Amino acid sequence: MDLSLFRPVEAAVTLSVIWLGLGAVGLALTRAPRVITDWAFPAGAAVALALAFTGLWAMNAAPSTAVLPAGLPDLPFHVRVDALSGFFLLLLGGVSFGISLFSAGYFRGAEAGAPGLLCLQYHVFLASMGFVLIADDAYLFMVAWESMALSSYFLVTAEHHDERNRKAGFIYLLVAHLGAISILLSFGVLHGGLGDYTFDALRRAELSAFWATIAFVLAFLGFGAKAGMLPLHVWLPEAHPAAPSPVSALMSGVMLKTAIYGMVRVIYDLIGGIRWEWGLTVLLFGAATSLFGVLFALMQHDLKRLLAYHSVENIGIILIGIGLSMVFLGSGHPVAAALALIAGLYHTLNHAVFKGLLFLGAGAILRATGLRNLNEMGGLIRYLPHTALYFLIGALAISALPPLNGFVSEWLTFQASLQAPLLESSVVRSLVPIVAAVLALSGALTGMCFVKVYGVAFLGQHRHELPEKPREASRWERAGMLWLAAACLALGLLPVFMIAQLNNVSQALIKAGLPDEAMASGWLWLVPTSSAQASYSPIVFLLVIAAVFALTYFVVRQIYHGRLRRADPWDCGFPAQTSRMEDTADGFGQPIRQIFAPVYLIRREIPRPEDPHPVFKQEVEDRHWAWMYSPIARLAEWLSGHVGRLQQGRISVYLLYSFLTLIALLMFVR
Amino acid sequence: MNLPLYAQLINLFAALLLLLAFAMLTQRRILSLIRLFALQGFVLMLSTGVVAYSTHQSHLYYSVLLTLVLKVLLLPWILHRLIDALNVRWDVETLIDIPATMLIGIVLVIFAFNLAAPISEIAGTITRSTLGIATASILLSFLMMITRRKAVSQVIGFLAMENGLFFAATSATYGMPLVVELGIALDVLVGTFIFGVFFFHIRETFESLDIHHLEKLKEH
Amino acid sequence: MKQASGIVFQVLQSVLVVLIAPLVLGWVNQCRAWLQNRSGPGIWQPYKVLNKLFHKDAVLAHNASPLFRSTPYILFGCMWLAVGIVPVLATSLPFAPAADVIALVGLFALARVFASLAGMDIGTSFGTLGARREMMIGFLAEPAMLMTLFTASLISQSTSLVTIVETLAHREFVIYPSMAFAAVAFLMVLLAENARIPIDNPATHLELTMIHEAMILEYSARHLALIEWAASLKLTAYITIGIAIFVPWGIAQAGDWVALLVALGVLVAKLALAGAGLALLETVSAKMRIFRAPEFLGTAFLLATLGMLIHFLLEQ
Repeated sequence: MDLSLFRPVEAAVTLSVIWLGLGAVGLALTRAPRVITDWAFPAGAAVALALAFTGLWAMNAAPSTAVLPAGLPDLPFHVRVDALSGFFLLLLGGVSFGISLFSAGYFRGAEAGAPGLLCLQYHVFLASMGFVLIADDAYLFMVAWESMALSSYFLVTAEHHDERNRKAGFIYLLVAHLGAISILLSFGVLHGGLGDYTFDALRRAELSAFWATIAFVLAFLGFGAKAGMLPLHVWLPEAHPAAPSPVSALMSGVMLKTAIYGMVRVIYDLIGGIRWEWGLTVLLFGAATSLFGVLFALMQHDLKRLLAYHSVENIGIILIGIGLSMVFLGSGHPVAAALALIAGLYHTLNHAVFKGLLFLGAGAILRATGLRNLNEMGGLIRYLPHTALYFLIGALAISALPPLNGFVSEWLTFQASLQAPLLESSVVRSLVPIVAAVLALSGALTGMCFVKVYGVAFLGQHRHELPEKPREASRWERAGMLWLAAACLALGLLPVFMIAQLNNVSQALIKAGLPDEAMASGWLWLVPTSSAQASYSPIVFLLVIAAVFALTYFVVRQIYHGRLRRADPWDCGFPAQTSRMEDTADGFGQPIRQIFAPVYLIRREIPRPEDPHPVFKQEVEDRHWAWMYSPIARLAEWLSGHVGRLQQGRISVYLLYSFLTLIALLMFVR
Repeated sequence: MNLPLYAQLINLFAALLLLLAFAMLTQRRILSLIRLFALQGFVLMLSTGVVAYSTHQSHLYYSVLLTLVLKVLLLPWILHRLIDALNVRWDVETLIDIPATMLIGIVLVIFAFNLAAPISEIAGTITRSTLGIATASILLSFLMMITRRKAVSQVIGFLAMENGLFFAATSATYGMPLVVELGIALDVLVGTFIFGVFFFHIRETFESLDIHHLEKLKEH
Repeated sequence: MKQASGIVFQVLQSVLVVLIAPLVLGWVNQCRAWLQNRSGPGIWQPYKVLNKLFHKDAVLAHNASPLFRSTPYILFGCMWLAVGIVPVLATSLPFAPAADVIALVGLFALARVFASLAGMDIGTSFGTLGARREMMIGFLAEPAMLMTLFTASLISQSTSLVTIVETLAHREFVIYPSMAFAAVAFLMVLLAENARIPIDNPATHLELTMIHEAMILEYSARHLALIEWAASLKLTAYITIGIAIFVPWGIAQAGDWVALLVALGVLVAKLALAGAGLALLETVSAKMRIFRAPEFLGTAFLLATLGMLIHFLLEQ
């Protein structure tokens, strides 16, 4: 085998096929669950790590293409690995490495159905995501996209005995298919009637401004539906909690990002010629999505539903970055566009890492205590110290606090929005500060939400008597969480490395990158444009705080003393302190419920004074069901009721239909 | 940004005017509304004075005097007497809540600025960028009139709208002919008197100054 | 040589500010006492309080976690870093490029999150009450502060505090209406974030009216001392940020020792004036009902956003 011919594309294809093989192995070995969890999942993790390295390699190498001997006789599969797919392969591999390690420990519990089937669905899911990222023609893209949706549907309904999971799966599949149709139509518009569906042909097709906009709208809606953008986000809070935790991590962390990949690939690469109006649309949808997501997340008391709404919010933030980039590109400012694109892509990676970590933490809590409702948790830091530490890192990262990774991407997005004075159109110039304000608001609200989550779940006292003492996560599970937490730290403390890689992606996509001074500042300082304009050094941050911590600790003990004793907490003279006196998750969110009341649809059941067992119930619902989905569902039912009249039940009528169609075809197709 | 000092002062006064228009949107107490209106008149007076001084148009000094007498002293005094006689102190909660009002206000400001941008290009004065602010304060006062429930606050909104108009004239064309100004000032004064008379009638008929009572005045 | 003098300077500035922060707090309290016709405890009182607290034995609840124990040190470290970054006496310090205005806001957010988590740690109702209220104030104060600082960044076309200060200090005097709006918004955020009247009464003893104090109710001895010191550092940091952005004249370049002494004198004068002004504001205002606080901060946020808009529309 001539190794000089081994390019990233061969590596990516091989690794994805190995995943498929692992899935088949898992199915074959259904009778030996321990073998599956101890060998198949870790092997999948190893493949993931190799895929991550392939992605890194691809970001620094030239694009490579190949034609696979699969697919239909006249329609073979084309594959291509360039800088953009390399970045997303890195994301897929890196995050699924940690998740696969976690799954090796998690699925030993075997509550989530037969591990053989799970192994098959899980690895098919991973492999199809890999193929989506390397597909170079519309056919393979759609095949891989659909298999991704289908395998994740089976994973979501893994615990199908619960009716809510089945309903969640149905909504998920429905919206996924609507999105897929939209994407397919977009490809149809793009190919301009030439009959050749490879991406090269789609790139070269010349489109008028009208058709290009139609293609953009179809692609935006289609990929947006998969990404969980407003108003097509309703499946996310239902489907992600229904799936087993590692699968939720994979869906929130990686699958949503393939939608972002699709959006960037189709809009930047295939359609090209970006107009600033498109960018404005993306920007506004992104801002609305991020605020909406976080406001609803604050109202949840189910931990996984809360995390799902946060995914909606972060997709909004990614779209803000990409929208800004499109606006700058459409107005002729490629350097600012590069900065915004890098900010959006960096946030994509960051979100994958910390959201994966948070979902894995939720899974560890679920495994240890059987609890998903925050109102029943409390004081878990004493029993699950490792999980608590990793969850803390994830919570600090998602709240965009320095020196972790969430802060770096938000910082970059703010820097990009501060380039707004470059724009000429005064409408857009006045809207960018509003979007920056919305971004700042959702960042602050995220911090509040995670103080609530961490405080209610891990700190304080237990709110609910647990049947047995919770056990800390197993070694595999801890390893997976440790990997992702370390990635959060690395991406936060050493951002320059990843930014240099992303600069390659930006160069490949829009032929512009960050200015030279930015790249020449070394690994310690992050400088996006020029050091007089902005700079940030997370390592100095961490070192100073750590140094002051240590210094203060020792100096105080030297000069004074370090004596300590334990006592009961302050009870204000009221001796009967119980855990019911702490805040519940709903109680913590009460100020937000009051301030933002018009946004929510709140249904309250208030007991009457003479009720013997008074119960107060409050449900916060999403208005989109009432505004959009219920009316559309009713319309669809009404229409199908009318169409149903075609079904007369008599054979002669059906024969008449065929006869009429034959006559019509004979008349018109001469 | 190398504007001479007087242009910077006018920009500052324009910003203050916008701030006062927003502040009036959020105030619930009618006494504070009247005070803010008087303050707006004061800022307007200072701004006209600066324009008069820098462009050496002496007829604008008469405008300054007129503004001082009418808007800072006379009209607030009339309004105080009115609310004392009607015994109105507080406004009932606005029709839409205050954060929503402020958001709509910001959208109106952006709209007004974009509206005024091409006109500002044509105007020959150095303070043409303030035309957008003047338009914005007119729209904001209109919004205030729409979202209030007590009739007195609507009058104040009407008067604030006239303030905005006056500022627009001063910034875009260095003031209107004195005859026009006197005419408008007299109109405003007479208008306030008529409003006062109407309020007494409304209160007698409906026993309250809440405007939703006026909704009964229809066919069905 | 310049490098070495820069580092010496940086350390000197940080140590100096850390040492005089309690004095700033003492001065504000003394001014308040004089305005309320009392004789007051003297401007050195915070030092005596700190000394007393350090001598005491620390008492911790039975279920206090490692997070609870490490939070005071983390808070102190964050505030130390904050005053190290803000150009107080001189610009061009070596650590200054480590953080720009956005990172500074993020630093304060980090401190707030840890303080709130520590408040929820023991599990009593007061701690969670304080944490909930603190985050309710924080979620509006943080964006308002960010928008205020963005207005200053847009004028000087940089988010680096050093560049902002240098641009605003050395430019000829121009009235920026957007800065006027930003200044009002900044003042409102300063009052909210530092638990001053009208948001929170720093001298209250009633738990149900507390916001910041309720979070730290369980702390004692050296932990409480560090938290109090960090709070006075935070107030000093906010005042110096306000001075640096809105009245930056008199600041020196690092390495020029004569200009530094002048800058020191100017700084002391500015701090004294600011402290007296703060005391005056506190004396003439009354504490607001807790749910008026989000309206107050919402106004600050909208003012700051409006300031940014005005910059784009009037000052381009």
